[in-house]
Amino acid sequence: MRRRAELKNYHHELQHFKLRLIVLGGIVLLGFGILIIRFYFLQITAYDHYHTLAENNRISVIPVAPTRGIITDRNGKTIAHNFFVYALEITPVKVEDLDKTIAQLSKLVEISSNDINRFKKLKASNHEFKSLPIRTQLNEVEAAKFAANRFRFPGVEIKSRLYRHYPNGKLGVHIAGYIGRINDNDISKLKKEGALSNYKGSDHIGKSGIEQFYEKKLHGKAGFKQVEINADGRAVRVLSSTAPVSGDNLTLSVDLKLQEIAERAFGERRGALVAIKPKTGEILALVSMPTFDPNLFVGGIDTANWRRLNESADKPMINRPLRGVYPPGSTFKPFVALAGLEAGKRMLPFHIKDPGYFILPNSTHHYRDWKVGGHGFVDIKRAITISCDTFFYGLAIELGIEKLSTFVRHFGFGKKTGIDIAGENSGLLPTPEWKMRRYKKPWYKGETVIIGIGQGYTLTTPLQLAYATAVLANRGTAMKPHLVTAITDVKTGETTPIKPVVTDQIALNESNLETVKTAMVDVTLPGGTASSVGRNAGYSIAAKTGTAQVIGIKQNEKYDEKNIAARHRDHALFIAYAPTDNPQIAIAAIVENGGHGGSAAGPIARQLMDYYLLGKLPPEPIEKKAPKVTEEATVEASTHD
Amino acid sequence: MINRIVYRLGQHIDSILMSSILFTLLIGLFILYSASGESVGRVSAQLMNIVIAMSILWLVANVQPQFMERMALPLYLLGIMLLIGVALFGNISHGARRWLDLGIVKLQPSELMRIAVPMMLAWFFSQREASLRVTDFIIAFIILLLPVFFILKQPDLGTSLLVFVSGLFVIFLAGLSWRIIIGGAVAAGALMPIFWSMLHDYQRRRIRILIDPTQDPLGAGYHIIQSTIAQGSGGLTGKGWLNGTQSQLDFVPERTTDFIFSVFSEEFGMVGNVLLLLLFSLIIARGLYITSQAQSTFSRLLAGSITLTFFIYIFVNIGMVSGILPVVGVPLPLISYGGTSMVAILLGFGILMSIHTHKKLVASG
Repeated sequence: MRRRAELKNYHHELQHFKLRLIVLGGIVLLGFGILIIRFYFLQITAYDHYHTLAENNRISVIPVAPTRGIITDRNGKTIAHNFFVYALEITPVKVEDLDKTIAQLSKLVEISSNDINRFKKLKASNHEFKSLPIRTQLNEVEAAKFAANRFRFPGVEIKSRLYRHYPNGKLGVHIAGYIGRINDNDISKLKKEGALSNYKGSDHIGKSGIEQFYEKKLHGKAGFKQVEINADGRAVRVLSSTAPVSGDNLTLSVDLKLQEIAERAFGERRGALVAIKPKTGEILALVSMPTFDPNLFVGGIDTANWRRLNESADKPMINRPLRGVYPPGSTFKPFVALAGLEAGKRMLPFHIKDPGYFILPNSTHHYRDWKVGGHGFVDIKRAITISCDTFFYGLAIELGIEKLSTFVRHFGFGKKTGIDIAGENSGLLPTPEWKMRRYKKPWYKGETVIIGIGQGYTLTTPLQLAYATAVLANRGTAMKPHLVTAITDVKTGETTPIKPVVTDQIALNESNLETVKTAMVDVTLPGGTASSVGRNAGYSIAAKTGTAQVIGIKQNEKYDEKNIAARHRDHALFIAYAPTDNPQIAIAAIVENGGHGGSAAGPIARQLMDYYLLGKLPPEPIEKKAPKVTEEATVEASTHD
Repeated sequence: MINRIVYRLGQHIDSILMSSILFTLLIGLFILYSASGESVGRVSAQLMNIVIAMSILWLVANVQPQFMERMALPLYLLGIMLLIGVALFGNISHGARRWLDLGIVKLQPSELMRIAVPMMLAWFFSQREASLRVTDFIIAFIILLLPVFFILKQPDLGTSLLVFVSGLFVIFLAGLSWRIIIGGAVAAGALMPIFWSMLHDYQRRRIRILIDPTQDPLGAGYHIIQSTIAQGSGGLTGKGWLNGTQSQLDFVPERTTDFIFSVFSEEFGMVGNVLLLLLFSLIIARGLYITSQAQSTFSRLLAGSITLTFFIYIFVNIGMVSGILPVVGVPLPLISYGGTSMVAILLGFGILMSIHTHKKLVASG
C-alpha cells in the first residue's frame, strides 16, 4: 500500500516534472521566436536603413588635389612650378601636449622659432583635426631621423606634399604673384562661386598676380578616391577613383632676362617699370621695386617676415606698376601736344616767345616755367624736346579741360587698362564734373593750366603710362596689355594662344604723329632733356622725361628727418619707345624720389632697350653705372623741368 | 577488434547530440576564420580548444551519474572556497577580480560554479525528494545566491546571471510552487519603482544606456549600434562569407568572441540566422528529450538545467548582439572563440550523454 502510494506519488511527480519541462520548452520556442522577429525587423524591415548606414560607415570619399599649372616666361624659363617636399605635420587634436611634442621634435629636426610662430598662426586659423606643417622642406637625413622615432610622436607625420616654388625668388614677384594657404575669406568666396568642392583636397590658392587672376586655369580639377575605411578611419583599399585634372600651364609674355636687367638696374631704388610690345600689348617686363621672396608665403608666412614686409616704408608688397599712382609730369606733354595738333592748334611753324612764365588773362598769377627766364622762341617740337612748360600752359588753356581730357582718355589715362592681374588702379583724369562730384566745387581755369604739364589732379599708374606710350608708338592702335600669351592643357598638350586684343583705334593724322615722334626722338639727342639716354644707341629712341612732385605713396612717420626729406624728393619719370621706325618696345619707368627723369629713370630704360633690341647685356656692376643726381637735376629747383 | 574499440569509444556518446554539436562547431570555425580576419592561427587555437573540450566531454560521458551525485557537494564547497580566495587574493584584470593564480594554473572559479551550482542543487533536491517543504526551497535559494553574490562582486554580471539562471531552472524543475513563482514575479515587479528611486542619477544613466544604447553612441552604445548595423545590412541572405564590411573593417567590436554572431548575421543574413537557430533548437530538443528520459531526480534536474542554461546562453548573447538585451559579457556557445567557455559547454553535454547512456535497463521501481 505504502509502496503503491510512493509509486503513485512518483508517477505524479514525473508527470509534474514533464509538464514543467514542456513549459520550459515553450519558453525556448518563445525566446527563439522573439529573436526571429528581431531578425526580421533588422534584416528585412529596416534593411535599407542599415544598409545605408553600413555603406556610409565603410566608404569615404577622399579628394585628390590636382597639380597646379606651371608658369613660364616667353622663352620657357620657369617662373612658378611644383616639387615634392617632405613636411613634418602635426594634427593638433591628436597631440596631448603640443609644446612638449614640439620641444621633443626640435631635438630631432631643426625647428626655428619662426617655424613655431607660423605653426601657431596656422593652428589658430584652422580646425583642430587638420594636419598642419611645423617644418617644411626637410632634407633626407631629417626625414629619416624622424621616421626612426615616429612611434614616439602620435599625431605627428611626415608628409610628402607638392609645394609651389618660385625658383627666381625675388625676381618678378609682382607678375606671377604667389599662392598662400586657403583662409576663411577664400572659402566664403569659393562657396559663392560654387567651387568649394573642387578645393577640398587643396591647401593653397592664388593670392596675387597671375596666380590669383588665373586661379581657375591653374588650379585644375580635383579628383576623388572612394576608399573603404575601417573603424579607425584608415583607408583599407581604394574602391574607385577619378584622377584629378592638372591645372593648365601658362606662358607669359614676360622676358625674365629683361626683367632681371631692369630690377638690377633699379638696385636699391624704389620705383616701377613697365615694358610693352606696342604691336601686341604683350608685357615684356613689369617691375615693382623693392620686391620680396614669394616663397615665404607658400607654407604660410611667419609673423616676423609678415611684419617686416607689411610695415616696411618701402611697401614691397604693393604692385607699383598697377597700383602706384603718380602725377605723369612732363611725360604727359607729348599727349597734350598731339591733342593740340589734332585740334588744329599749334601747327608748325607756330611758335611762342617764352618769357619763363604764363599768365591767365585778367590775372596776375605767374605760372612759372622750370627754366628761369624762359626758353626764348619755342615751337611745338622744341617744346617737347626741351620740355617747355610755358608752351603747354597756353595750349592746355586754349584746348580746355573737356577737350584735353576726352582726347588723352583714348590713350588709356584715367581708366583701367584691363591687364590680366587684379587690383589695377584706374588713375585719374580730371574733368569739371568729376571735381564737382568729388569736391563739390567748380573747376578753375588755373587747374587746366597745370594739367598741360601733367600736374594737378592728374594721376597715372606706370602701367597706364607705358600703355599710352605703346599706343603712341603703335600710331594710335591701342592693344590691351596682357601677360599670358598661351594656355596649355597639360592632359591634351594642346596650347591655346591668347590673341592680342585691340581696345581702341584712334584716328590720328600721320603728320601730327610724325611731328610728335621727331620731337621725342630729339629728346634723346644732344640738346634734349635725355640726351645721355640716346648716346651711341645705334637705333633711334623716342622718349620724354618727367618729374613729379611726391604725393602717391604715403609717408611713414617712423623715419627720421633726413629720411623723410629724401622721401619728399621728386619722382623721376621716363617714357620711351624704340626703334622709332618699327617700335618693338615701349617703356615707362619711375624712380621714386629719383630726381630727374632723364638721368635717373632713362638709363634703366636704355639698358632694357639695348638688351631687347640688340641683345646687349649691361656692364657689371650695374649700380655704379646708373648715374646719381646730376647737373640737370639741380636745375629743377622750381617745380618742373 | 577495431569495431570493439570504436564501440568502446562511442559507447557513452549520444550520436544525435554529438553530430549536431559537431556541425555547429564546424560553422563556428568557419565564421571564426572570417571574424578573425582570415587568421589560420586563431582557427587552429580554437580547434585546440575544441579537442581539449571534447576530451573532457568524453571523460565525463564515461563517468557514472552516481559519481557526479557524490561529487556535487565537495565540488560546490571547493568552488565557494575558491571564490572567497579570489575575493581575497585574486588577480585584477580589466578592472575585475576573477582569476586565482595558483602558480601552475590560473583558475576562474566562477566558471566552475556554472556546473557546480546546478549539480549541488540537483543533489540537494534529490536528498529531499520524498517530502519537499518551503524551507527546502529557502535553503536552495541560499545555496544558489551565495556563489551568485561572490561572482557579482568580482564583478562579473554575465556569469553571475547565468549561474543564477542555471540554479533557478533546477529549483523550478524541482517543483517550486506556481504560487511562489507568480508571487515572486509580481513582488519583483512591484519593487522595481522603489528600487529605481533609490538609485543615484549616474546609476540610472548607466541603466538607461544599457537599455537604450543610442543615448551614448560613442561610448557604451557604440558596440551595439555597430553590431545592429552589421546585422541589418546583412539583409535576407547576407553579404557572403568573408564579405561582411562591418566586421571585416573593424566596426564590430569583440567580433571573435561575444559579438561573433554579428559577423555571422552580416555574412549569412536572416536565412543563416534562422538555420543556426534551428540547429541550436535541435540540440536543445535532444537535451530536453534526454532530460525527460532521465531515471533519477538528480540526473533529471541536472540535465534540464544544463539544457536550458544552454538556451539562455544563446538567447542572452543573440539578444544582446541584436540590441534587445543589455550588453553583458556572454559568449555564444559553440561559436565564440575561447577555451573556458568551450570546456564549460561541452562538459555540460558530457554530463547529458553520461546521464543518457548510463540508464539502467531495469524498469522503474
